[in-house]
Amino acid sequence: MIPATFDYHSPQTLEDALALLQGHPDDAKVLSGGQSLLPLLKLRLGAAGHLIDIGRIPGLEYVKEEGGVLKIGGRTRESALEHSDLIQTKYPLLAQTAAVIADPLVRNLATVGGNLAHGDPANDHPATMLALRAEVVATGPNGTRTIPIDQFFLGLFSTALAPDEILTEIRIPVPPARSGGSYVKLERKVGDFATAASAVQLTLGAGGEVASVGIGLTNAGPTPLRAADAEQYLTGKQPSADVIAEAARRASAIATPSADRRGAIEYKRQMARVLTGRALKQAIEWAKEH
Amino acid sequence: MEPRTSAAICGMGHSMKRKEDPRFIRGQGHYVDDIKLPGMLHMDIVRSPYAHAKILAIHTEKALAIPGVLAVITGETLKGFNLHWMPTLMSDTQMVLPVEKVMYQAQEVAAVIATDRYIAADGVEAVEVEYEPLPVVVDPKKALEPGAPVLRTDKAGKTDNHIWHWETGDRAATERAFAEADVTVKQDMYIPRIHVASIETCGCVADFNKTDTHLTVYMTTQAPHAIRTVFALVAGHVGLSEEKIRVISPDLGGGFGGKVPVYPGYVIAVAASVVIGKPIKWVEDRMENLQADSFARDYHMTAELAAKKDGTMTALRIKTLADHGYADAAANPSKFPAGLFSICTGSYDIKTAFTEMDAAYTNKPPGGVAYRCSFRVTEAVHAIERVTDVLAAELKMDPAELRFKNFIQADKFPYKSALGWEYDSGNYKAALEKAMERIGYAELRREQAEKRAKGELMGIGICSFTEIVGAGPSKDFDILGIKMFDSAEIRIHPTGKAIARFGTKSQGQGHETTYAQIVAEELGIPAAHIQVEEGDTDTAPYGLGTYASRSTPTAGAAAAVAARKIRDKAKKIAAYLLEVSEDDLEWEPGKFSVKGAPQKSKTIQELAFAAYTNHPPGMEAGLEAVDYYDPPNLTFPFGSYICVVDIDRGTGEVKVRRFLAIDDCGNIINPMIVDGQIHGGLSMGLAPALFEEISYDESGNISGGSFMDYLVPTAMETPNWETGKTVTPCPHHPLGAKGVGESATVGAPPAIVNAVVDALSHLGVRHIEIPMTPEKVWNILREKGVAE
Ligand SMILES: Cc1cc2nc3c(=O)[nH]c(=O)nc-3n(C[C@H](O)[C@H](O)[C@H](O)COP(=O)(O)OP(=O)(O)OC[C@H]3O[C@@H](n4cnc5c(N)ncnc54)[C@H](O)[C@@H]3O)c2cc1C
Repeated sequence: MIPATFDYHSPQTLEDALALLQGHPDDAKVLSGGQSLLPLLKLRLGAAGHLIDIGRIPGLEYVKEEGGVLKIGGRTRESALEHSDLIQTKYPLLAQTAAVIADPLVRNLATVGGNLAHGDPANDHPATMLALRAEVVATGPNGTRTIPIDQFFLGLFSTALAPDEILTEIRIPVPPARSGGSYVKLERKVGDFATAASAVQLTLGAGGEVASVGIGLTNAGPTPLRAADAEQYLTGKQPSADVIAEAARRASAIATPSADRRGAIEYKRQMARVLTGRALKQAIEWAKEH
Repeated sequence: MEPRTSAAICGMGHSMKRKEDPRFIRGQGHYVDDIKLPGMLHMDIVRSPYAHAKILAIHTEKALAIPGVLAVITGETLKGFNLHWMPTLMSDTQMVLPVEKVMYQAQEVAAVIATDRYIAADGVEAVEVEYEPLPVVVDPKKALEPGAPVLRTDKAGKTDNHIWHWETGDRAATERAFAEADVTVKQDMYIPRIHVASIETCGCVADFNKTDTHLTVYMTTQAPHAIRTVFALVAGHVGLSEEKIRVISPDLGGGFGGKVPVYPGYVIAVAASVVIGKPIKWVEDRMENLQADSFARDYHMTAELAAKKDGTMTALRIKTLADHGYADAAANPSKFPAGLFSICTGSYDIKTAFTEMDAAYTNKPPGGVAYRCSFRVTEAVHAIERVTDVLAAELKMDPAELRFKNFIQADKFPYKSALGWEYDSGNYKAALEKAMERIGYAELRREQAEKRAKGELMGIGICSFTEIVGAGPSKDFDILGIKMFDSAEIRIHPTGKAIARFGTKSQGQGHETTYAQIVAEELGIPAAHIQVEEGDTDTAPYGLGTYASRSTPTAGAAAAVAARKIRDKAKKIAAYLLEVSEDDLEWEPGKFSVKGAPQKSKTIQELAFAAYTNHPPGMEAGLEAVDYYDPPNLTFPFGSYICVVDIDRGTGEVKVRRFLAIDDCGNIINPMIVDGQIHGGLSMGLAPALFEEISYDESGNISGGSFMDYLVPTAMETPNWETGKTVTPCPHHPLGAKGVGESATVGAPPAIVNAVVDALSHLGVRHIEIPMTPEKVWNILREKGVAE
């Protein structure tokens, strides 16, 4: 498990990093926490002539609310997110997601930006960000642009980021009162990618009905999936046990998982259903209490 | 048992903190990969992507063109020295490097020697091998069907894939008993291929000095002396001679049986060092370790029990098929191709039994090793403990009641089993009673009934196992002819401190502490003053190493006997110094005193000093002894485990709510270490029950060949282990001790399976194969219509 030769760069500014990326157009990779990239290189499943480490660039790790938006710096480590008071008290979906990503050692290095930029549907944050209707801020040679999350994941390991762009921020609308969220993941052991997982973010209306809801599924297809049919079905309804069960069924109907050692397709689809039901129930509980 | 010695002496029964831990805790252990010698070169291995293929060509030019790559060794290179094949411990043969064809995925194909570990890896990438795929056989049952491709074409006249057939017991009497039985049950079981996955992978530094023709091998081995002899026997023709071979096994990061075999990598590194004359380091990475090193288990079994209506077991019949991969490279005592599987009558007084075992070749890595198990005992215990529960279900009897009905009674020991073992001691009833009382068995059964009424799934599982460990008596036990004694050599220094050396080799068991405690127990020298050394064949006395829970039964006994020899001599010196006859002396730990005049005494330290300064005329100076201990019998540790599980009806996940282990390993040397061994063993029993498995697809591609899919449980998956004990001393061991390292690995899996099956028994479930993954359990829930 030894990678092929590469050059390592550690720019001190974003500008330098972007210049390095441009300088090696076909052969450079952004190195963030390295927890996805380095295993690929070590197994020689991927290669890169130049690694541009963005870890020395100040000001890319933060979690803050500003102007009705939660802003997460592109290089914010999972452990920072996990231990943020703001996240723990107000963003249960994010807190629960961070807590089940890999293990504490990996979370000390892995970053939220890297988790999205890797474009792996098995990662946990993509589905979460779908449910939260996030936006991704990309900084490139021509400045920054904002990409809605629904347009970010293009395919397996493929995102809307251009090779010379760096993911610098994630933006999430601050949830209104009576909102709640939950991430429920089935994993074979700690540190495993999800057999199935479901991310739910919702807001209850004055009458207890579901005013708005976002549902994302992890590892249920070549990209993270938004369960749009289930979202539509739920919106405006009182979340009775039957309604939740039907929403969960509709969510699982869009899953197109592939079979592997975690389970057969049918099992994974059924798990998407069971876990979505559980996530909905927990999100509703949270919304009622907050 | 109250300790006989003071805390200052710290003999048996004291929970002395482990003497080896300060260096391990501080990261100052010294492992093979820590060894760096001047001029050392590095080796990396090219491995086969195919499970069965002809090698058409190996192109090494590109690799050799990389600066720093010095050599590429192939089967042809080794053939020049007649080292391309090597014998296995089971009288089979195994390739070091292939000349004609590869037999499993990840098999060694060539080795690259380079000046740097990274360059060696680049060299491996650059070696190009042309293969012609051949038909693959992965299923041992299919391997034995007529017309199956014959794998071992290297064996002249071999026309099938059958390795051996072995039987024990009385076939005819067993058939009669089954014919006459009120009730019979039959259960197929498969114990999958698993891997020891020790934290440290395997490797060596081979250092051949061309000038004096000495070979030193630093090696991850549990049996350094045996390895030295094997090297001398196998490579004598290239100039290796046993007096010039030194095998050093430094600190080991776990062994569990996986560091008993001789792997091709070691031999290639040695051969390369002999040819090049420089030290060569080879250390596997994790995936090589999982994919190519010896596996464990892979056992197909059919177990049958015959019984009377009242539950009295009358006969046991078991048929097994072992999948050994392409070579029988098991690490069993030579006379036992199926290990000690014939312990399968377990804790029960079954008068008639018969076992029939076969072994087959397949396109998988060769093996297997006795993973934390005294040679197929894990499989045997799984068979009897599972089929006992199947019988209980058939009879609608509580599994505890059925066990009580059939236990060998405490007054029947020594007990001769139907398959020929003489069980030394036991009290099975006491252990199960204690377990049931402590866990609150009756209350749990009530809770289970309530839960069932509500549709919740909870199960309680029992395993009352009997182990057979401590191989072994020289009459039956040898490896390649070398008898399975083990040894201790103790030298007392003039100031009363000591060094003790052993033929065994700790891999985490805590020998530096427990052996010191044994010597302290016998001589009264504080354990803190006794330095224990193992693993260097130039200094340690000859022994067969550590596996199969044999260290305490063999080398531990040798320590006690050697210490007693020293005490006998010390007594003579004491008599001389105190001017009394030996008969007038009495011993208490640490000193001899004159009977009736306790103020007249000599401490062991004073006697040690006298042994070098003032020894009796006519007596040899010095105070030391050696003992090669040949155990009169094996030891038979036992226990009763109870496991409580809850099943998630939505996901199929099994949650172990409680697990209680009552163990009996006879007299205990260090209670804390015994507890530690049991905790570790239980975790390693949980692993195959719920998580671990290496499997192969039709083409022989491995799955479970990395830690992504080979699911070693962590602290998060591991329940809070509850432990307890009963003490039934071993009647023949000098300290009354039995082995303990493996009891829990052996006892835990059936307890967990029995609990899960129990949770589903009202739905008609009688058996579940391990590992009981969430998906597997969920499929059952769905089939039975109870999935959420
Ligand atoms: C043992 C283990 C278990 C794991 N388990 C889980 C799990 O359960 N769930 C889970 O979600 N993840 C898991 N991971 C993955 C881990 O969370 C990854 O670290 C994460 O997905 C990627 O983040 P990173 O910062 O390490 O990115 P890196 O590995 O540094 O980069 C990943 C990819 O994204 C690109 N990239 C990174 N940052 C940027 C950026 N700012 N702009 C542009 N491109 C960028 C890189 O070029 C690379 O292609 C696990 C990893 C390990 C090692």
